Amino acid sequence: MLVHSAGGLFVLWAVATLTFFAVRLIPGDPAQAVLGGPGSQASPEALAAVRAEYGFDQPLLVQYLRELGRLATGDLGRSYALNMDVAPLLLAQLGGTLLLALLALAVAWLLALALATWSTLGGKTAWAVGSGIEITAAALPHFWLATALIILFSTWLGVLPPISTPGPVGLVLPVLTLAVPLAGFLGQIMRESFQAALESPFVLSARARGEGELGIRFVHVLRHAALPAVNLSGWAFGSLISGAVVVETIFARPGLGRTLLNAVTLRDVPVVIGVVLIVALAYILMTLVTDLAGALLDPRGRTA
Amino acid sequence: MSAEPNTGDAPSAVARVLNLSVVFGGTPVVSGVSFDVSAGRCLALVGESGSGKSVTARSLLGLAGAGARVEADALAVAGSSVLGLSERAWRRRRGKDVGLVLQDALVSLDPLRPVGREVADSLRLHMPLDAVARQARVRELLAAVGLPDAGERMRQRSGELSGGQRQRALIAAAIALDPPLLIADEPTTALDVTVQAQILDLLENLKAAGTGILLISHDLAVVSRIADDIAVMAEGRIVESGPAVRVLAAPTHPITQRMLAAIPADKPRHTALAPTSTDTRVVGSGRNRSAIATTTNDSRGETGGAREVVLEARGLVKSFRRPGGGQFLAVDDVSFRLERGTTLGIVGESGSGKTTTARLALALTAPDAGEVRLLGHPFTGIPENERRALRPAIGAIYQDALGSFDPRFTVQDILLDAVTGGRRSGPAASARVRELLDAVALPATLLGRRPLSLSGGQRQRVGIARALAARPDVLVCDEPVSALDVTVQAQVLDLLDELQRERGLSLLFISHDLGVVQHMSDRVAVMQNGCIVETGEASAVFADPRHPYTAQLLAAVPLLPA
Repeated sequence: MLVHSAGGLFVLWAVATLTFFAVRLIPGDPAQAVLGGPGSQASPEALAAVRAEYGFDQPLLVQYLRELGRLATGDLGRSYALNMDVAPLLLAQLGGTLLLALLALAVAWLLALALATWSTLGGKTAWAVGSGIEITAAALPHFWLATALIILFSTWLGVLPPISTPGPVGLVLPVLTLAVPLAGFLGQIMRESFQAALESPFVLSARARGEGELGIRFVHVLRHAALPAVNLSGWAFGSLISGAVVVETIFARPGLGRTLLNAVTLRDVPVVIGVVLIVALAYILMTLVTDLAGALLDPRGRTA
Repeated sequence: MSAEPNTGDAPSAVARVLNLSVVFGGTPVVSGVSFDVSAGRCLALVGESGSGKSVTARSLLGLAGAGARVEADALAVAGSSVLGLSERAWRRRRGKDVGLVLQDALVSLDPLRPVGREVADSLRLHMPLDAVARQARVRELLAAVGLPDAGERMRQRSGELSGGQRQRALIAAAIALDPPLLIADEPTTALDVTVQAQILDLLENLKAAGTGILLISHDLAVVSRIADDIAVMAEGRIVESGPAVRVLAAPTHPITQRMLAAIPADKPRHTALAPTSTDTRVVGSGRNRSAIATTTNDSRGETGGAREVVLEARGLVKSFRRPGGGQFLAVDDVSFRLERGTTLGIVGESGSGKTTTARLALALTAPDAGEVRLLGHPFTGIPENERRALRPAIGAIYQDALGSFDPRFTVQDILLDAVTGGRRSGPAASARVRELLDAVALPATLLGRRPLSLSGGQRQRVGIARALAARPDVLVCDEPVSALDVTVQAQVLDLLDELQRERGLSLLFISHDLGVVQHMSDRVAVMQNGCIVETGEASAVFADPRHPYTAQLLAAVPLLPA
């Protein structure tokens, strides 16, 4: 547990550091960001004043250490562009993105599970079809899938809104956009481990006791087959949040992803670092959750 | 070639098979097989891997495999035909009319579920019992198969039980509904000899209680303990069958004779166990062939002669941290001397510290105390870069030959890598590779193959060839034949024996199988709980064991009736 926490802190530090230098190495003047972005016609005097106020005239290393010191006290700082504290700004956006990512994860799991069960039940054809669907789904880029879904469900069928309206209906297309490629990916892993578990001797033992095909799958195989996918879900959750950048932008849905995109364009360093830190934290927590879930599913690791 | 049914009286037959054939995608795997299993009797179906014995047995459960076409003139279990049953009808019969026990309950019971749940499954699927009654019945069953503290054990998973305990639990699950027919497919193959004896006793008790047993094994010595009748299978057919006493005492078919000859226990040292003209030994390894078949006793009784000690262990101690905390003493004050050109057998059951001893001897693990000397030089307690100069003098082969190869390497790559010390090219390297293949009697046509496509015996031969690449003085053999069929084991043991005489190799031969150790060793050390409890000349130790544990091990070795 101690090792886990130390590892988590290290990740947070590394993320903050990388993000700070990555954003600051983009050519341009951060003072411009404070005064309304590169397009603004700020006077040299105003720029100089801002530089002095924000410490942009200091060496980069000093600025970095100052930033780090502030982050260490839990202060995410103040947005350059929006001129408000970062923490409340991000908290307001966090819920929507988390909801989107968690729903997408759940839907992806259900889709993958259904596909894996069906494709291992139905013989060679089902196996081939299942495998084809998974590979195709896993290869779909979010932006393309989102566009295709909008054309299909909004333009042609007219049953779902093309932009994310508040309420459950507005969530359907964004969630599907995120869930389908992940379902393909998880499904591939799940089907392989389903198959491996189905071929193991304990399944033969169970069949010899008179266990039926569904019983075999749900009493015995599922637990074995779910393990690798559970372990990957921590990673998958991280990738869902980064996928949210695209999805929230396309569906005009408020959330961390869109906030991040705007902040990067405006070179709003505190907001970028804040978003990235929150995503990293979510990722770390999710990894912890999947570790615990894995230990629940397979208690052998604890005793062995 | 089909055999007559062993017992004629159909009324007491719990399984009846007449002219069974099983075809997988056009390839016949079983053809013309007929036999009966009667209540309270045991029929052993014996054959090498791939002889079709498991497929035959599983046909009685409707589990011959995906894509199998099963046909028979008669196929009946518990008195009624099972030909052409629907999957649903099969499910009602499985577990109730036939129980199945597979080898190695570690993987034959769901490793993630408590064993009690696995046993309860049989009841859940076939009987309208409530949960409480089911629990009580499970506890009864586990106690009946001799599992101590059944109430506690039923909550543990197979990995938390010992090999014997989980095999008992597996049997309990198979007999939960008291099926008239029990199929036991290599039920003792992964077990230590003493545990094997206990499991065979348990099966014998079930038989005495009226269960008909179909026992499947590659080892005639094992089945001889409980089989009433024996049917020997080869290439999908029964080649010989009859009462066990007759088949074992007067085998008529060459395959039966070969299987009997392959049993190493009680065969004097240096006796060939396999016929010398087996198909695997095709290419020019005719040297010394004549010498192998003759029994030579010249290495015996030479205790007075001063042979060079090539490998010596002095007071080795090694402990490991237990996962839950605390120390586990794996090897406790182990000393031995291995003389040039001889074999020192180390025998003991799982967990006795044999493999740790092997790793210490190979300096793959550093001892907590004591030292290993190789060719008179210190081999432990020195930095690895000094040790590296000595490493070519000692080689190793392992039980799991397949796992010890890079699966992407071909046989050529594996040997080339060993011959050149990893550089993969060098003067006369490929000539040397061929020479090694020749030494282990493998044809050069195998050079392009990968380990996965080789048979078990071929893999172990490649393993031996690789170990010989550096021209070692000492070969550490850690359970080298435990994963092999008796007949293949015989060939590998003969090969090791031949190599020892040709090259003056000294073998540290580690095995749980007393029969094998007895056949291979000049001197023997018996290990229990990390200590050597008895050591001496192999002939003396086996003829007159001094330590009660040695006597116990010896008593458990399956022997053919004299």
